[in-house]
Formats: sequence, C-alpha cells, structure tokens
Amino acid sequence: MPVDRKYDAIVIGGGHNGLTTAAYLARDGKKVLLLERRHVLGGAAVTEEIFPGFKFSVCSYVVSLLKPNIIRDLQLSRFGLELVPLESTFTPLEGDYLIRCADNDLTRQELYRHSPNDAEAYNKFGQTMSQIGMAVRPILNTMAPDPTKLGFSGARTLMDLGRHFRSLGSDKFEQLAKLMTMSSADFLDEWFEFEPLKATMSASGIIGTFMGPKSPGSAYVMLHHYMGEIDGVFRAWGFQRGGTGAVSMAIARSAEHFGATIMTEADVSKIITRNGHATGVALENGDEFEAQVVVSGLDPKRTFLNLVDASDLPEDFIQSVKNFRIRGSSGKVNLALDGLPDFTCLPGDGPHLSGAISISPDFDYIEKAYDDAKHGSFSKRPYIDIVLPSVLDPDMSPPGKHVMSCFVQYAPYDITGGWDDSKREAFGDTVVNALARFAPNIKDIILHRQVLTPWDIENTFGLTEGNIFHGELALQQLFFLRPVVKWADYRTPVRKLYQCGSGTHPGGGITGAPGEMAAKKILKEWR
Amino acid sequence: MSIQTQFTGSTSLKVTPFHKRTSVLNHSQEWRRWSGYLSATTYDLTHDVEYYSIRTKAALLDITPLHKYIIKGSDAGIFLDRLVTRNIKVCKIGQVMYTPWCDEDGKQIDDGTVQHLSENRFRLTSAEPNMEWLTHNAAGLEVDISEDSEVTASLALQGPSSRAILNEVADENIDQLKFFWLTERWIGDIPVTISRTGYTGDLGYELWTPKENALTLWDRLMEAGAPFGITPTGLHALDMARIEASLILLDVDYISAQHAAIDLRKSSPFELGLGWTVKLKKKDFIGRTALENDHRRGTEWQLRGIEIEWEPLETLYRKIGLPPQLPGMAWRTSTPLYSGNEQVGYATSGCWSPLLKKYIALAHLKTEYAKEGTPVQFEVKVEHFRKTTSARVVKTPFYNPERKRTCP
Repeated sequence: MPVDRKYDAIVIGGGHNGLTTAAYLARDGKKVLLLERRHVLGGAAVTEEIFPGFKFSVCSYVVSLLKPNIIRDLQLSRFGLELVPLESTFTPLEGDYLIRCADNDLTRQELYRHSPNDAEAYNKFGQTMSQIGMAVRPILNTMAPDPTKLGFSGARTLMDLGRHFRSLGSDKFEQLAKLMTMSSADFLDEWFEFEPLKATMSASGIIGTFMGPKSPGSAYVMLHHYMGEIDGVFRAWGFQRGGTGAVSMAIARSAEHFGATIMTEADVSKIITRNGHATGVALENGDEFEAQVVVSGLDPKRTFLNLVDASDLPEDFIQSVKNFRIRGSSGKVNLALDGLPDFTCLPGDGPHLSGAISISPDFDYIEKAYDDAKHGSFSKRPYIDIVLPSVLDPDMSPPGKHVMSCFVQYAPYDITGGWDDSKREAFGDTVVNALARFAPNIKDIILHRQVLTPWDIENTFGLTEGNIFHGELALQQLFFLRPVVKWADYRTPVRKLYQCGSGTHPGGGITGAPGEMAAKKILKEWR
Repeated sequence: MSIQTQFTGSTSLKVTPFHKRTSVLNHSQEWRRWSGYLSATTYDLTHDVEYYSIRTKAALLDITPLHKYIIKGSDAGIFLDRLVTRNIKVCKIGQVMYTPWCDEDGKQIDDGTVQHLSENRFRLTSAEPNMEWLTHNAAGLEVDISEDSEVTASLALQGPSSRAILNEVADENIDQLKFFWLTERWIGDIPVTISRTGYTGDLGYELWTPKENALTLWDRLMEAGAPFGITPTGLHALDMARIEASLILLDVDYISAQHAAIDLRKSSPFELGLGWTVKLKKKDFIGRTALENDHRRGTEWQLRGIEIEWEPLETLYRKIGLPPQLPGMAWRTSTPLYSGNEQVGYATSGCWSPLLKKYIALAHLKTEYAKEGTPVQFEVKVEHFRKTTSARVVKTPFYNPERKRTCP
C-alpha cells in the first residue's frame, strides 16, 4: 500500500491503454499512481487461469496493432513482450475448406483451387489495402485533426494528410472513398468471387460493431484492421506468449521500472474537482488521492456519466456522451480442451490449427447471424473467430491439452428479456454446436467452458454494454468525432482531466495508441 | 496439405546422422553448406515459425557439422590453458567455457567452447578445422587429440520449453543444471551429455551422443517434445537469434588469423568485444604478450551493436511511397557506417528483430565512435539508390532474457 497521497498524475484503470499512459508519464519523470479496480491488471487484455492449468486470454485474444514505437520506447521486450504471428486463416466448410497462410505460393495455389480470379486479385488487393493503410495510418499516429476548430496546427496536420492522400493516385483514392462509405460485402464483391473468402475477409469489418457485412460503413472497419502492422507487414495478427494479459504485464513492468506505482483492488468511485479542475480521486473504500492531473482509461460513458459530477460538465457534452454508440455485439467462449479439434474437412493436426479459424462460410451466414441480433436474440448460427493459443504457446495449457478462444458475434447486449444464466448456457451450447458442425469431436474434448455474455463483460471488465472497443468503430464516431466532437484530443471539459482509453482516437484493439497519444498530449500541456 | 518427400538427389557433401529425419522434414528443400555437410536452412517454407520457436517454444537444430575435438591425457588441462585465452585451470569438471584462441600475434583464430567432461578429458568445439593448430601446439605434452566430429552427433534444443522437454525424456531432472555447465544423462538407453549452452542467447541446451544413437535421440525428442511445440529449425532462424544475442560468427563478423590474406583482416579479441575472455593474469598462453599490449594501449577497432533508428528509415521510404523494406532474414554483407563524410566503421551482420521491433546489426567501429549512444550513419539502399540513415551504438546483447541463466 503506498502511503503517498499526492501524485503528479493518477491514471484510472489498469487496462493496456491506462498502463501505457502511466508508463509514458513515469518515463518522463512524473510521479504516477495507477488504480485498477480488479485484482488483476490488463482490463480486457488479461490472462487468467480460469480452470487449473489452463490460461485463458479471457477477453481480448489477438494483437495486431500494438505500435512498434511503443514496444521500443517502453522496452517491452525486456519486460516480457513476445509476439508470435498467427500463421494462417482457416475457414472450414462443408466438405471443403479455405486456408490462407504465410507463404504466398501456398496461398495462391489454394485460392486458385477455388477461383483463379481470386488468386490473381488477392495480391493486388493486399497491395492496395496496404497502400491505403499507409496513407491513412498517419492519422493513427497523430492527434485527429478537427476540422471544426481549425487552428494553425490542425490545418497543418490536415494538409499533411491531404498530401498523403494525394500520393495515393486516383484509383487508390477511389478505393479509399469506397472504403469510407460502402459495406464490406459490397466492397469485397468488387474484388473477389469465392464466397468463403469474401465472408471471412468481411468479418474483420464487423468485429466489435453492431453491423452486418452488408451494413454501409463496415468496409472502413475492415480497413481499420488492415492497418495493423507487424514488422512493416500489414494485416498480420499476432499472439502474445502468455496470453494478452502478458502484454499488459509487460507494460505494467515497464511503468514500474520507470517509477510508477500500481495499485490493484482500488475501485475509483469519483473524480474530485475544484473550480472545474480535476484534483484527485476518491475510492469506493473512502481513500482519497490528490494529483495535478487525472487520466481516465475507462470508456467515455463510465468516465463522464459515473465518475464525474454532472454539474462539472456542459449539458451538450453529456448529451453527446449519452449518444455515443457503445452497443455490445459479441460474446466470448473459452474452452479448455483435452486435445485438438478435428475438422471433418481437414482432419488431424496441421498448420491450419496454428492460426485463426473462422466460422464464416458465406455472407448470408454472417448476415443472418446479424439479423438474429437485430431482433433481440443471440445468433443461432454465429460467426466465430477461433484461436488455439496453446498450439503456439505450450505454456497456456498442460502438455497435450489445449485452450481454445472463441470470439462470437452476435450476442447483443440488449437481448430480449435480458441475459440470465440459462440464456448464457444456451448461448454457450449454440457456439459449441456451431463448432461441432465442422469439428464434431469438440463436444467430447471439452474439459471446461467459460461463457462471457456482453453483460458478463460489462460486469467483470467494466466495459459499458460489453462493447470491446469502448464504443463502436463506426465512421461517425472515429477520428475527430471520437468520443465527442471538439474533445477528441484526450482533453475533457474538466480541466486537468484527460482520457486515454479505447473510446478515444484512434480506437480499440491492443494498439496502445490512445494511451501513448494521451500521455504525449498531457506532457505537452504540463505546467 | 503437404506432400511427403524425401530428398533423393545425390550430393558429394557429407550428410549428418540425422539426415534420414531432417531430409523428410525439410519442406523447403533448402540446404546450406556447413563444414562440408548439408545443413537445413529452413524446414518450413518460411523461417518465421522456426525463429519464433527459438523464442517461445523449443527449436531443435542439428549442429553435428560443428567441429569437435576430444582432448585427453594428463596434460590436457595445461594444453588447453596454454591454447585459449580463458583460464581453463578454474574450469571445473562439468563446467563449460566459451573462449577464443589466438595466434602468437594475439590475433583471433577461432572461438568455441571448452567442455570439461571428466578428469583430464575435454571437448573443444570450433567453427573451423583446428586439428593442425592443436597438434602443432601440443608438441611435448602428454595429450591425445582426436577428431570428434565424425564420432559424436549433436543437437541443440533451444527455447523456453527446452528444459521441460529434457525433463520428460531424461532419466533424471535437469532443473539444477546451471548456465554453461554440463551433465550426463540417460535418455532411454542412450547416454547423452547435456550442456546448457547454445547459440541463441536463450534458455537452451546442446546434446552430445555417439552418432549411432542419433536417430533414436531425434525421435525421442520429437515425440516427447510435440506437446511442448518442438520445432525442427534451420540456419536462417538461428542466424537471427544469434544476432539478437550478439554472438559473433567466424568468417562473417571476423576472419580467422589462420587464413586472413592480409594483416588488416585479423582481429584481436579486444577488437571483437571479447576482452572479458582474455585472462592476462594467466602466466602463459598463445598470444599473451601481444594481447597485453592491446589491453594496455587499447585497440583501434571495437565490435559493437548498433540500432538503426526507425523513424528516419520510415521517412526515407515514405518519400518514395513505400513502407520500410525490412530484411526478412539476417544479412551478412559488409555495410559502411559513417560519421559525417568519414567512414568510421562497417556492419558485418544484421537483421530486423521481430521480437524487439528493432533493426539491429553487429558492427566494427573505430574506437572513438564505439561509445554507447554514439550516433552513426548506416548505409541503406532505398530502391537501388544509396542513402544513409541514422543509427546509434547500443548495449549488447540486444536481447538477453532472464531465463537464459536462471534455474527454476
């Protein structure tokens, strides 16, 4: 227990972004206190041994966009960061399959088997997306320029971006415009013909949003995921040794190395203000801490509707926060397995088990899954994004046994009648049945099942409505609109109160970007 | 998905006793020469999986081509102590020492490990054949030197799961085997010497057994290692790991004094970052006088680690509309380093470290530019045109996980 009551900065929430902000502030010599409500750090990027001997990346399960400069700045490799790339994406089908892997020749041969056109278009598509990603990516690395208040620096950033966009050339610019407006299904239809390929690719356009592949705007979300970068290679997903919690722990160790104090089981109940300035926080247990600067890593609704007194905020700001769309659309099923799943279409062990496994046979499948959710129930045949972390990292489970992470969409937060134990179990059964359709042995090898509904995600991890991104990644709430127009630069209407979570620009995923940029903004404004 | 093939082409190169297994597993059919042997460069079509297995699981490498000598006799210890720069007199039975050895001018001939196997019995490993040099220097001593390369098969098992795998197969747990020590174990009915050594800078072991046992040992390890993610690994992945660990490679990072065509090509251990291995308190060893001079006067050159900075490199590429083109594997082309207009050194091997997210290289620098933090300019070809980009001298090893040295 730290005896100190006074700090330079207090960070609320030990998720990976909060930790990143704390580490950057501490690295600059600030006296930092980070407060985490739970007994473990990591927020949604957490590893927990839910069943003896089996470690689950309970919520967030892959790492794509963790910024390399953060890894270098915070010396994360030294503190245990070890990212392993997922080797393939496998889409099981009835009687056939689609697999894309690290080797270009193999992927091309496999695509050719299904569609010579797609085999040809695939590389061109990748190149186009990565060039567009390159042009858009600077936005992820800078404060979102806000055209509603064009000061000198804002104008310059916008001009820089303009230059990047111009460098794309007209055909790529056309693609970008389409990405900004179209549905992922329509966009992919222009490129490819093999349904399982399109459906699997479109899935990254719906993750964490309450949209279907045919909803306009979903194409942009797909691009957002394309901007992931590992070693200069775009769209490479990685897996952290020890689970995603180990990413958080590496950042936490770095923060402590730079001198930050980290307290767990410290539930902040209120941000204390005086004359419109944040001056500290109060905990649930009555303890109070003072600081010159308070930073919240929680989602905007938690921060502004729960922790800050409404009288400290402008009415229109509160309204905007209330309007911020944060509908949870996904659930998580984590399985402890006695062996490996055996897919009917590709039996036995093999490289197809060491990457992502996607239950996404066609657009209709996913769109119907969305239809169920629109009408207030979980998908009867859900889209599932599966990884078997123990195949890449044997430490995740006892030898010969495995852990399986299933990200499931859709599981709406607003389910008719509300979630309860029986609905949770029914949801778990549905997911297992959907898996069993392609890997029938799954039912015989389950040793333990953990099912997380959006309600569980909200209750346990503090994510409002169970939304994994602290707010949907939809165009109307990205860039200078995230989370609220005029307040997309990590500042808030309360002076000396900042925000650093996924609800801020550039959004969710294990990127560290909001945390890093918030810290940089805070340090710039420090006096 | 894969077609099982066996490499059936004929070759005049030697094959190791593991070839029956490695040749079937080598999906890429890519081989490199290593001391006259055929050695797998990458088993998988891409080497990433193998690289990551070194750092996150367990990599199994056939290192039989490594030159090995058994040195025994009542003067064996004295002989080795005179030959190498480290103090072999303090090398206890069961201990292993990494050491270079030099010619009379204190220029490095080779580097390897000395394993103290038993009373008056040692194994010396080296990158190049050293029989002549050894025999020549053993004159008058009670020593018997024999070529061990054809007798002993060796494997490296490297990575965080390596210990768990050996505990599965060995008759007795190896938890307490310390870094740079060795022990004898039975794996099934095979006697195996296990040394906690390697060329990856990670937790890892090297296994030494009479070559008749090679296939049985391989099979046993592969079988028991499967649940731990054991991965046959080739030289591409190893090359990246050894750069991250800042372990130098003969003929790449330096040239043996034995066959350097000109004096300029020769290096003293003090110039290769191996000053710590030169025990000048020892009364007599080959090259001592020259090395004492080096130590006193300092050397003109230093081998250092450099990090090529990301942002300037990214800017160079962005100007032409490309993301930074990073080397997919380790390179070994001498690359100039500048300070202003003056060339102040050259990098001899480098790679993008996927783990550290850093572009790193081993480099020879003039001593005045070798201090940690010194900025230098690294030559890089951006779309065919030579440019320079910022780099700086950093501490080595680039990667040094705690588990390398710790015991559970």
